[in-house]
Amino acid sequence: MSAQSIKTVDEVTIHLAGDSGDGMQLVGHELTNIMALTGSDVGTLPDYPSEIRAPAGTVAGVSGFRLHVGSVDVHTPGDEVDVLLAMNPAALKASIKALKPNGVIITNMGEFDEKGLKLAGYESNPLMDGSLDKYQTFAVDMNKLTKEALKSTGLDPKSVARCTNFFALGMTLWLFNKTLDNTIEFINEKFAKKPQIAEANRLALEAGYTYCSHSESFAFKYEIPSAKLKPGTYRNLVGNEAVALGCAAAAQRSGLNLFLGSYPITPATEILQALSNLKEFGVKTFQAEDEIAGICSAIGAAYAGSLAVTSTSGPGLCLKSEAIGLAVMTELPIVIVDVQRAGPSTGLPTKTEQADLLQSMWGRNGESPVAILSASCPSDCFECAYEACRIAVKYMTPVILLLDGYIGNGAEPWKIPNINDLPVITPYRHHDAHTFEPYMRHPETLARPWALPGTKGFEHRVGGLEKKHIVGSVSHDPDNHDFMVKLRAEKIKKIESEIPPTTVYGPESGELLVLGWGGTYGAIRTAVETCERKGLKVTHLHLRWINPLPKDLLPVLKRFKKILIPEINMGQLSRIIRSEFLIDTISYNKVRGLPLTAREIQTRIEEILGGKL
Amino acid sequence: MTALDQISHQLTKRDFESDQEIRWCPGCGDNSILAQVQRVLAELSTEKEKYVFVSGIGCSSRFPYYMNTYGFHGIHGRAMAIASGVKISNPDLQVWVVTGDGDALAIGGNHFIHTIRRNLDIKILLFNNQIYGLTKGQYSPTSKIGQVTKTSPWGVVEYPFNPVAVALGAGASFVARTIDRDPKGLQDTLRAAAAHKGTAFVEIFQNCVIFNDGAFNDLSNKETRPDRVVTLEDGKPLIFGKNQDKGIKLDGFTPVIVDLNDGKHSVSDLLVHNVKSNDPVLAFIYAQMSENPALPTPMGVFRSVEWTTYEKDIEKQIEIAQNKRGKKTLQDLLKTGDTWTVE
Repeated sequence: MSAQSIKTVDEVTIHLAGDSGDGMQLVGHELTNIMALTGSDVGTLPDYPSEIRAPAGTVAGVSGFRLHVGSVDVHTPGDEVDVLLAMNPAALKASIKALKPNGVIITNMGEFDEKGLKLAGYESNPLMDGSLDKYQTFAVDMNKLTKEALKSTGLDPKSVARCTNFFALGMTLWLFNKTLDNTIEFINEKFAKKPQIAEANRLALEAGYTYCSHSESFAFKYEIPSAKLKPGTYRNLVGNEAVALGCAAAAQRSGLNLFLGSYPITPATEILQALSNLKEFGVKTFQAEDEIAGICSAIGAAYAGSLAVTSTSGPGLCLKSEAIGLAVMTELPIVIVDVQRAGPSTGLPTKTEQADLLQSMWGRNGESPVAILSASCPSDCFECAYEACRIAVKYMTPVILLLDGYIGNGAEPWKIPNINDLPVITPYRHHDAHTFEPYMRHPETLARPWALPGTKGFEHRVGGLEKKHIVGSVSHDPDNHDFMVKLRAEKIKKIESEIPPTTVYGPESGELLVLGWGGTYGAIRTAVETCERKGLKVTHLHLRWINPLPKDLLPVLKRFKKILIPEINMGQLSRIIRSEFLIDTISYNKVRGLPLTAREIQTRIEEILGGKL
Repeated sequence: MTALDQISHQLTKRDFESDQEIRWCPGCGDNSILAQVQRVLAELSTEKEKYVFVSGIGCSSRFPYYMNTYGFHGIHGRAMAIASGVKISNPDLQVWVVTGDGDALAIGGNHFIHTIRRNLDIKILLFNNQIYGLTKGQYSPTSKIGQVTKTSPWGVVEYPFNPVAVALGAGASFVARTIDRDPKGLQDTLRAAAAHKGTAFVEIFQNCVIFNDGAFNDLSNKETRPDRVVTLEDGKPLIFGKNQDKGIKLDGFTPVIVDLNDGKHSVSDLLVHNVKSNDPVLAFIYAQMSENPALPTPMGVFRSVEWTTYEKDIEKQIEIAQNKRGKKTLQDLLKTGDTWTVE
């Protein structure tokens, strides 16, 4: 037994990288679960190529998984990596840039042969040529050790090779001072129908773990004290799954049936997948022939009385534009979830971006206002989806919910709410057939009543043609059109009253406010906290609602001399704030397909406060 | 049908008429189709609040406004997608789609084939006038080769769709064809469509008096119709002609006309129609007959075969899932997966 020391840290960022077929996402999810189950706060980011299997061993085919673990509040998947697990030379090459000086590299030496190095584009072996000198490198021939450990199973070489990821996971769990029980349970469940494979993976896992405890490879183990999470029951939740749960919860709570009309699209597909597996809750999912049928079926379902949702990403939102206008005109409640990816066009399908905001605001013909809100982190997706459904039903309007791609695919612990704490959702109905008019108005919300086909005496027609106020017949009257355009805008404006008073993190007034929306939340908050620790005075305000904006937003903005708006676009929220309030903003825009880092936002804050901007 | 579905009093055509002024051109075939639909629905034992008429865009798509039922005037080409959502959401509703040759076969072609493929229990009435009427006279996907229109001043060079053949190709369980100027045939066809459990597709030749007047004259004129139309009747041989003395037989895979008075042929040589045939090949051969000017155009029900419908299968899966996984509460749902408690 070697005498490894324990290194206690508040937070650590781990990056797992391997070939697309190496099972890095699986290992990443399991490691996240273990970390969360053992009391850490976590934030994750899967980073995978859009090709399903790019050529094996090449940099293009590297699939990564970023995991930020801490005893402190974790807001992001981590900017800079402490521990890099690289399963081959290409994975090392693709991921090393993010590794901190003196960071830990665990790598599979068995892949660093001539062929592997050539595929990765290395001219010399980085394990030998001194280029990794500034890191702590632990190169282990995982191929050989896994093969050795699985000798008794009689499995073919290909199946044996597939277990290498569990060998690596075993090493990682040892490094973080975890036990194997949970993972063995996971393996047994996951491979319940293939006991031989389950056994092989268990052997590989244990071999990796034992190798570390017997070898003197690592000089230390990490120990991360438990995070100070609020008391409650938690589970680990991926953003897209949270959206599915939020919609399903809203349906249950409102007594409506949930209908999802959708077409598979990266990175939003998991919402369709998750909801299609909730049949026991009466959820109906319709995998449509295209994006347009996805939303049109949702509009039909809303007309027939379902809580109707459609999920998509940017290119799909383009295709749905005309139908969103139809939902505006027919004033039917639907929720459109856009998990934003990098564009334009097909762009970078698996990479994150925030560039669909203006499309959501104005990307339709005519004056076509819709409600828009955005989720700030994976666990926020549940509440946002629930809120989107609640507002859609209460105001009889389409609502667009925006997620950054990396929020949809990222995961973090989520405190399971008590269902009685979820707000009530009550559809607006009119019960007297004699006084019913399809476009009569609720006095406060301006919603029109939701009358369902099948109900005697409420027969009425809706459609895309302009409707006469109250009675709902087709009207070409100029004054009526002007009135209805303004009424539809007024209805969205009324949603202001649903938005809680604006709160900020940091001083209530001062030199600089960092204003954000959506998935930049974690990076901004981390940057602001770091600046705070350095004695700088800076405030963070994060918007959930973008249309309408909170009614008390302007007075808050005016309490600050400067407003910095970091976005993963060319300044879309900036444009809205400037045009809405006639005040100036400073934009920080990086459109790399990656989340903004806390470090770059911190730098920008320091520049502004240092008088450089 | 449950007792609740039984109507308390006999409905009349007037019950299905809305208070909206009809804005179709005088003499437009749409007027006749509307009247026949209202008549047929009044005969059926379904309450009018159970009907939802869904349309897209085009002259025909104004239809829902004139029906005193629930109705949805959608956007161009998407009626079937909207109708699918309505039907899946509430399978108790009777969902009828009214569409045109442009709406269903050009901009909405994708929804048309996929809706049929899924066999949702909805009725699709396609008013085919072989022209774009609402935009005032451009050619459509069913316009004839050489047809001169505002966008084909030198004649159409595209091969037209044969809507019946497209529907059969998409696997339709019910396919029929009829014409606006034959009220009785139209009513019979609508009745058959209404009775069908599954996607019922009905092509209705409809005369546009303004932009394509007379396109179907030979199929509707008393003089020419008997020789130009063969009516498909289940279990009966394909006989037509003023004197009912001509028939259709198969020569290999090719339908040919035979003279029943020539002493060489008898009724037993003729094709006998079977709407319940699982094999759609003969129906497809009938569909192609209208492409051959030497042959009469078949009208009536080409195919009527029943199998499970999409919305029923979904309901069944929900039931199975509930039986297998147990009925769960909202709190169960939220607690799915690994959980841990922080004290």
